[in-house]
Amino acid sequence: MWQWLYKLGSPRHFYEMTTSFLPWLKGVTYFLLIVGLVWGLGFAPPDYQMGDNYRIIYIHVPTALGAMWIYVMMAVMAAMHMIWNIKVADMVAKSSALVGAGFCAVALFTGAVWGRPTWGVYWIWDAKLTSFLILFFVYIGVIALRSAFDSETSGSKAASVLTLVGVVNLPIIYYAAVWWNTLHQPPSELSLSSQGANPPEIWIPAFFTGFGLIGLVFVFVIMRTRNEILWRERRAQWVQDLVKQEAGRA
Amino acid sequence: MSRQTLGVWGSLRATFGRELLILWRSPGDIVNPLMFFVIAVSLFPLGGDADPTYLSGIAAGVVWVTALLAVMLSMESLFRSDYEDGSLEQLLLSPQPLYFHLLAKVAGHWLMTGLPLVILSPLLAMMLALPDEAYTPLIIGLLVGTPTLNLIGAIGMALTVGLARSGLLLAVLVLPLSIPVLVFGTGMVQAALAGLPYTGLVALLGALLVLALSLAPLAIGAALRISVN
Repeated sequence: MWQWLYKLGSPRHFYEMTTSFLPWLKGVTYFLLIVGLVWGLGFAPPDYQMGDNYRIIYIHVPTALGAMWIYVMMAVMAAMHMIWNIKVADMVAKSSALVGAGFCAVALFTGAVWGRPTWGVYWIWDAKLTSFLILFFVYIGVIALRSAFDSETSGSKAASVLTLVGVVNLPIIYYAAVWWNTLHQPPSELSLSSQGANPPEIWIPAFFTGFGLIGLVFVFVIMRTRNEILWRERRAQWVQDLVKQEAGRA
Repeated sequence: MSRQTLGVWGSLRATFGRELLILWRSPGDIVNPLMFFVIAVSLFPLGGDADPTYLSGIAAGVVWVTALLAVMLSMESLFRSDYEDGSLEQLLLSPQPLYFHLLAKVAGHWLMTGLPLVILSPLLAMMLALPDEAYTPLIIGLLVGTPTLNLIGAIGMALTVGLARSGLLLAVLVLPLSIPVLVFGTGMVQAALAGLPYTGLVALLGALLVLALSLAPLAIGAALRISVN
């Protein structure tokens, strides 16, 4: 187990291992997403109150949860990079930042699209919405800081520090937003809170899309990390061999 | 030949004194953030509505937001010149713990740039027709909140001091992280205006300050080591 984890820290080993693993992951991910989306959008019964509007939860909720957990993953990777100087961890963190920002943007967009028919407005300064907006800003900050450095190593170290500062601050921001919101306006009652009252026909497709989107996170992160590995190791012999091999095949 | 070594306390005092002296000798670094504060606040009645009832509603928020921006703009003087003349490297090489050096440096910087903002804030609040009962929570909030803003800003400044143009990037990094202070600080004023007690919020702001005091110097130190390289 430790041996296996240790080997993952080597860029070359990470690349080779994911080469055999990625097609399976992609297959399972696409299967889950297609089943979940077709079922959820086409066959699940409409909600008695929101009609067909609610169907956007099949995308909205998993992307929102994903956006939060990707930050946690990024922070763990940043810590591993800072403590043990594991290069692959940093590459995964770099890949996660953009995927996380993307998921955050999708969650905000689908939330706005859903909010219009159900709440009557695209945007309200509700605690959940506000803290997601700030999470999005923090992702943007991490990406901007990394790209501002000319040197790869300084940029990745700086981004790691900022990621860790963010992970201390984000729970505080969340609770500040919750507190702030309750003073100004009552929280909007999302029908999600009555998840238990929903019949299985509604939540089983959500289960599929949820796991499908988790799979999609890993697919995106792994693919971006593989590109990053090839770019950073472009002078290494094994990458040059790989390129020659690919060129010979074409 | 005897080597004189300074204890932790001595080094803390030396760094603190040096920070005060440097800022005292470059009055622009003290005055410009204050001028920004005054000018930015005075834009709100001009751009919005000069009606006192409207202004009193937004007064606390405007004062807090512009104070936050002014603190952020003042951070440039914390590390920039030290980075350029090499004294930042000496600070990192010093045998005394970096943690205390940085704490002293940020404390000195707050005393010269943050405290004047707090002292000036009632005047601006008066120009924005803030109701009488809201002055005490505004000042207490700024007094407890601006050191936290300075510490957060110092993390951002330490991360970007090695870059040629860091102004906008600093804003992108620091402003989202400063939101809790802003929320609790303006919340105090809102609570006072609603006739509610605000001591709980002072405690929360104090907790944020203690958290920032204990953790921010570590992050600043790590960031400076990356920037100085």
